[in-house]
Amino acid sequence: MSYAATHDQHDDHHGAPKSFFQRWCMSTNHKDIGTLYLVFALTMFFIGGSFAMGIRAELFKPGLQLMQPYFFNELTTMHALVMIFGAIMPAFVGLGNWMIPLMVGAPDMALPRMNNLSFWILPFAFILMLSTLFLPGGGPAGGWTMYPPLSLQSNSLAYVVFAIHLMGISSIMGAINIIATILNMRAPGMDLMKMPVFVWSWLITAFLLIAVMPALAGAVTMLLTDKYFGTNFFNPGGGGDPVLYQHIFWFFGHPEVYIMILPAFGIISEIVPTFARKPIFGYKAMVFAIACIAFLSFIVWAHHMFAVGLPLGAEIFFMYATMLISVPTGVKVFNWVATMWGGSMTFETPMLFSIAFIILFTIGGFSGLMMALVPADFQYHDTYFIVAHFHYVLVTGALFAIIAAAYYWMPKWTGNMYSEFWGKVHFWNSVVWVNVLFFPQHFLGLAGMPRRIPDYNVAFANFNMVSSIGGFLFGASQLIFVGVLIHCVFFSKKKATDRVWEGAKGLEWTVPSPAPYHTFELPPVVRDEELAHGHVND
Amino acid sequence: MGQQHDAYFVPTKSYWPIVAAVVMFITVFGAAHWLNAGPGEAGFGKGVLTIGVIGIIGMFFGWFRSVINESLAGSYNAQVDTSFRMGMMWFIFSEVMFFGAFFGALFYIRMYSLPWLGGHGHGVLTHQFLWSDYVASWGANGGGGPEQVGGAFRTVPAWGLPLLNTMLLLTSSVTVTIAHHALRAGQRGKILLFLGLTVLLGATFLYFQAHEYMEAYNELNLTLRSGVYGATFFMLTGFHGLHVTLGTIMLLVIWFRVLKGHFNKDHHFGFEAVAWYWHFVDVVWLCLFLFVYIL
Repeated sequence: MSYAATHDQHDDHHGAPKSFFQRWCMSTNHKDIGTLYLVFALTMFFIGGSFAMGIRAELFKPGLQLMQPYFFNELTTMHALVMIFGAIMPAFVGLGNWMIPLMVGAPDMALPRMNNLSFWILPFAFILMLSTLFLPGGGPAGGWTMYPPLSLQSNSLAYVVFAIHLMGISSIMGAINIIATILNMRAPGMDLMKMPVFVWSWLITAFLLIAVMPALAGAVTMLLTDKYFGTNFFNPGGGGDPVLYQHIFWFFGHPEVYIMILPAFGIISEIVPTFARKPIFGYKAMVFAIACIAFLSFIVWAHHMFAVGLPLGAEIFFMYATMLISVPTGVKVFNWVATMWGGSMTFETPMLFSIAFIILFTIGGFSGLMMALVPADFQYHDTYFIVAHFHYVLVTGALFAIIAAAYYWMPKWTGNMYSEFWGKVHFWNSVVWVNVLFFPQHFLGLAGMPRRIPDYNVAFANFNMVSSIGGFLFGASQLIFVGVLIHCVFFSKKKATDRVWEGAKGLEWTVPSPAPYHTFELPPVVRDEELAHGHVND
Repeated sequence: MGQQHDAYFVPTKSYWPIVAAVVMFITVFGAAHWLNAGPGEAGFGKGVLTIGVIGIIGMFFGWFRSVINESLAGSYNAQVDTSFRMGMMWFIFSEVMFFGAFFGALFYIRMYSLPWLGGHGHGVLTHQFLWSDYVASWGANGGGGPEQVGGAFRTVPAWGLPLLNTMLLLTSSVTVTIAHHALRAGQRGKILLFLGLTVLLGATFLYFQAHEYMEAYNELNLTLRSGVYGATFFMLTGFHGLHVTLGTIMLLVIWFRVLKGHFNKDHHFGFEAVAWYWHFVDVVWLCLFLFVYIL
């Protein structure tokens, strides 16, 4: 890089670079980097999914069938780490990368080179983490929460801790980039209270990421020094306390839960108005509800630790604070339904996934409310009821929103329409089998089946078999998604219009489909009637 | 490039990000392998770690060189400047949260878990079964309790070297501010003098800190293994020391950049970013002085 380089800023303003390495590894283009994130997330989704298939295969019948218990524990641990840090979070960052500059009228992210670094750290971090499965002593097997002292027995702790440090650096840089883009790069006229709800949700999510990823980095650093350098943070024999780890971890962990759902709320708030052909009901309430949820997420962490032996006062405080979250969440669900009320609705695939999201996420929300009650949680803690709860919010919640977003914006990305028929086949298979997979787990949990155990009492056999069958078929259904994607990108003959959807509003629909390599090199003129949520000057 | 300032600026593609990702991977892979090698095993971890660290240093040189060159060529408009400023501010906020995890650990241990181990309030049974004759205390006053698991130790008195170090850092915050005002007034000699003073004060702080560590290890028997007191003491002051080291290096780079005339009174984001960072490190030290040394 030299002075010369700065004089030809213009030479890639005309199209994508020809060289593969230059285009994908040296990119400063938010669309290419967004694509990289999305492809990476999809790959990780299938790797994490294959771990889940292993888990369900082992749990198909009581007794040990296929694997040793240690390997089973590795699968549950890796499944969670891969899905959370490798699939859900990068998918949201990819969607944010692609759509936020288009939605606010910016030419690119605020810090494009850092954006590229944020992405490229991730594949290396996951190589480091997944490689532990093949190392002597095996991978991490103490659960994704890595509670000491169990996690300190693992030989792979250093690898996992450093992988988490890398992912944290990546997330923090990505979040800084998103905040700077939203606050600094908006086109003139795109006031904060005119931004699409998806942009708002990402602004608040990015704040959460910057606030809590460093806390996780601190917690795992203490694990590292406890294991390798003889500190006693989590060792009561040296004056420490293992519960301290849980406090710091869940100070990260609970906001992390919202990091994985707030962008989903944003996506649903874009899709529902489009297919109901009405502006969103209560735009301001939607924005404030997201901000409320984000604030509350910092003062509820100990509800993950009710059974660990907290003082009574703490249990009562965290119980009530947790139940408070249902108020802004209820506002959101109410407003989505109210947006559909009286709308002229059509049910294309993105809308189907969004409606499934609203219903099934609400089920997950209600089971969360049950667990917020301290006395009830003593029964639910560490059972399959918890597993069912967080899969309802993460699979039918976060993942369904990501899939809905992929269908919704795919024509804008590729310029081609996907196959509506196969999209619907994918939807109906997903929504049926995901319930067959996770709904029985509520009953298993209430009956007392513990999580993270490869074997179980024969009394649980029937529901486990049903759940496993649902799991295999849900997993297989996702192959349809890959087929739809490949068809849409490479083979679809049906070209997308600029607006794509009849009711779609917002700046991203004013650019051609596929979106040109460079958009908005000059700030666009923002007209209120073009905006997704109409006039919000009430 | 005349109309550049009316339009948006998007930088050219660059190979530094992917180089950065690769060298970071090499570093942590080497470190993990080194930590995991059993006693007596040679392993290749140390070598790989060294290569990685050298790579990271080289990457920083290269990346910043290209950014500085672009900045000097006038490619960056006011909007880019604002993006950089936001980036630095939020980065410092993330650092605050990182130190927050360690301060949180310190407060939790002192306010809750140690008293519980001593039988107060909530932790009666823990006390009964683990350390039934333990009297909760902090630091050297404890009678051989669990926080002294690495052997009896004495603590570093707050009013000796730590007080001196507090003075040094506070003074350095003043000198860097004087340098900033001089930069705004365009007095280059004054900038160089006061910025140089800041670097010297930072380096002196580090020298005393190293001295304090050696004294702690050799004379006070206060080590990383001295129970949870040693853990919190060394991790908090250690991470702070690391940040002072980085800050001093950054100030030194800025000093050379001033010498080369890279900044003018309107265009000196690099200077301000480092000054912010320095003030942040200063504030962390004040918290350390209060909560680790005095209380």
